[in-house]
Amino acid sequence: MSAFTLIEGVGAPLPLPNLDTDQIMPKQFLRGIDKSGLDKGLLYDMRFDEHGAPRADFVLNQPAWRDTRVLVAGATFGCGSSREHAVWGLQQFGIRAVIAPSFGEIFYSNAMNNRLLLVMLPRDVIEALMNAVDADSHNAIAFDLQTMQVTTPIGTFPFELSARHRSMFLQGLDMIGLSLRQRADIERFARQYWQAYPWTKNVAQRTRERLGTT
Amino acid sequence: MTEPSPLAAATGPLTLYRKLVDSHTVAVLDAQNVLLFCDLHLMNEYTSPQAFTGLDEQARGVPMPGQNVAVVSHIIPTHPVAPKLRVIADPPSALQATNLKHNCDKHGIRLFDTTDAMQGIEHVVAPEHGMIRPGMVVICGDSHTTTYGALGALGFGIGTTEVEHVLATQTLVYRMAKTMRIRVDGKLPVGTTAKDLILKIIGKIGAQGARGYVVEYCGSAIQDLSVEARFTLCNMTVEAAARGALIAPDDVALDYVLRRASDIDDTQRTDAIAYWQTLHSDANAAFDMEFAFDAADIEPYVTWGTSPDQVLPVSGHIPFPEDQMDDADQRSVERALSYTHLSPGAALEGTAIQHVFIGSCTNGRIEDLRAVADVVRGRKVADGVRAMVVPGSGAVRDQAEAEGIAALLIDAGFEWRKPGCSMCLAMNDDVLSPGERCASTTNRNFEGRQGRAGRTHLMSPAMAAAAAVTGCITDVRQLNPLN
Repeated sequence: MSAFTLIEGVGAPLPLPNLDTDQIMPKQFLRGIDKSGLDKGLLYDMRFDEHGAPRADFVLNQPAWRDTRVLVAGATFGCGSSREHAVWGLQQFGIRAVIAPSFGEIFYSNAMNNRLLLVMLPRDVIEALMNAVDADSHNAIAFDLQTMQVTTPIGTFPFELSARHRSMFLQGLDMIGLSLRQRADIERFARQYWQAYPWTKNVAQRTRERLGTT
Repeated sequence: MTEPSPLAAATGPLTLYRKLVDSHTVAVLDAQNVLLFCDLHLMNEYTSPQAFTGLDEQARGVPMPGQNVAVVSHIIPTHPVAPKLRVIADPPSALQATNLKHNCDKHGIRLFDTTDAMQGIEHVVAPEHGMIRPGMVVICGDSHTTTYGALGALGFGIGTTEVEHVLATQTLVYRMAKTMRIRVDGKLPVGTTAKDLILKIIGKIGAQGARGYVVEYCGSAIQDLSVEARFTLCNMTVEAAARGALIAPDDVALDYVLRRASDIDDTQRTDAIAYWQTLHSDANAAFDMEFAFDAADIEPYVTWGTSPDQVLPVSGHIPFPEDQMDDADQRSVERALSYTHLSPGAALEGTAIQHVFIGSCTNGRIEDLRAVADVVRGRKVADGVRAMVVPGSGAVRDQAEAEGIAALLIDAGFEWRKPGCSMCLAMNDDVLSPGERCASTTNRNFEGRQGRAGRTHLMSPAMAAAAAVTGCITDVRQLNPLN
């Protein structure tokens, strides 16, 4: 059983709808050229006050939730900016999974590409789960990727992942490597495509060269 | 509802969306996914570095560099200095810019660099030089790539892992979206714009309203929009969580492209036009969801909260949390009002602002600046207001200077800045101070977006200009009597 077959840990409540990636990873943490140090930026304005001091009332700052591995969040978690830094930051902070009624579209793809598990459950289930984990910091949430069920303090629920995402999650596939196996197909496609639509071939290069250097 | 599948028969009436996906499908991978060929990949300095690093680690190259281009857009300061003197003082930001140039040079990718006179916001620079053509698939590590649907190109934002995938293969593993059609008939009233229309739509269908869908706009009000107004509409459709936005290219769109894409020579032009004219949804094509709006109902819209769907006509009053449908909505409104420091029941109009920001990939184009100039002409920026205009690109800036718009705005008390994303997301040094309230032509009023504890009110360029000259949220139609 791999570390990705069973994900379990304490769940913390983040009862806000539309928690966007600007809030998950604010702009001042996007200035690097690598992925390091993003745990510091995670939910920064919620975790720290304007002087940089931790906000004692924020759930992830409370000792009881020190071991949080799962976030129970509001609808459209991760909407907004495409910044993958939001996913990297969650993982560097120790988050393995997020449960919410829905997720931002680009965030969802980014999470799948990084093996951050996202699980969608109905809004009323999330509300009840939010209250349950809020009431008990010793809660446990466990995702079984074999049975595709999540066990929570309020019951066990089935969840879905597409077959592709499930195998990516379980096996950590090199998606680029897989696509590169189709390189000959891609090159053949491109030749035919450019024959039909020649005005698209090298469109970036030709436009830039037409403009000259300034 | 069944999930959209590339395996379903592509016969009978097809949507424009399906035509675009089919024409770029290298291979059907499974019931939901295709390997999608990407005509144009735009990059910026902050969502691409880790992708290039990933390529290097695997010793992978960029097989089709001519389909990729990069623009320094997000971190660049906008202080008014000559292009050659544009220096990024912040060391990590400067490193992002030099790193982008290094990566582009290494892989043979063309770049609009920091000191380039044509530098600007990627979504302004690419179309204004004719790089976006109907029928293309355009992707970028930036959510506002939906902009290009205005020209009948399928544009959408991607993450950095996918940036790496495109660089290495010129394709993406693409999960098909559901289709939504939004019909807008009638005429937009004087004083309203595509920005007001999209704010109204987002307010109606919600910040999640188009999640999972590619939205196709149609109707007489859409046909009446200029291409730049269509950019605004498609750009902000992502704020309803859409995976794309499309408008079938018409003569207006084709003219826009052909006037800019001068490399399309006479031998290609006829074929190109013939192909582009097939890029529309067939009669009787089925959509998974449909909405209709009457343009005559549109008023100037202004956001009051911290999500783009928290929006009202300028004549509206701040909602009461207790009037919301359920506890979650009530908490959401309470939190938003606590952040924006507004009182339930208060009139939106007349709310004092300290800052005005005009720019962004949503509203940083020449028509936007003309609309601002039309309102500002003969007036001054109100006392106590800092008003900033950041053109979307060097070309927009030059055009505005040639038309006298820059002089008019400077004379009225506006700061006339260099191009970039600037205070739309405040990655450079253009940042709101805590508690400052800003009338902004941008796309997101999220908490902290324009600066920690900064309060953003999204609105059209004309409405932002009206706020600049009065010092408060103002109905531009009242300011400019319709005589």
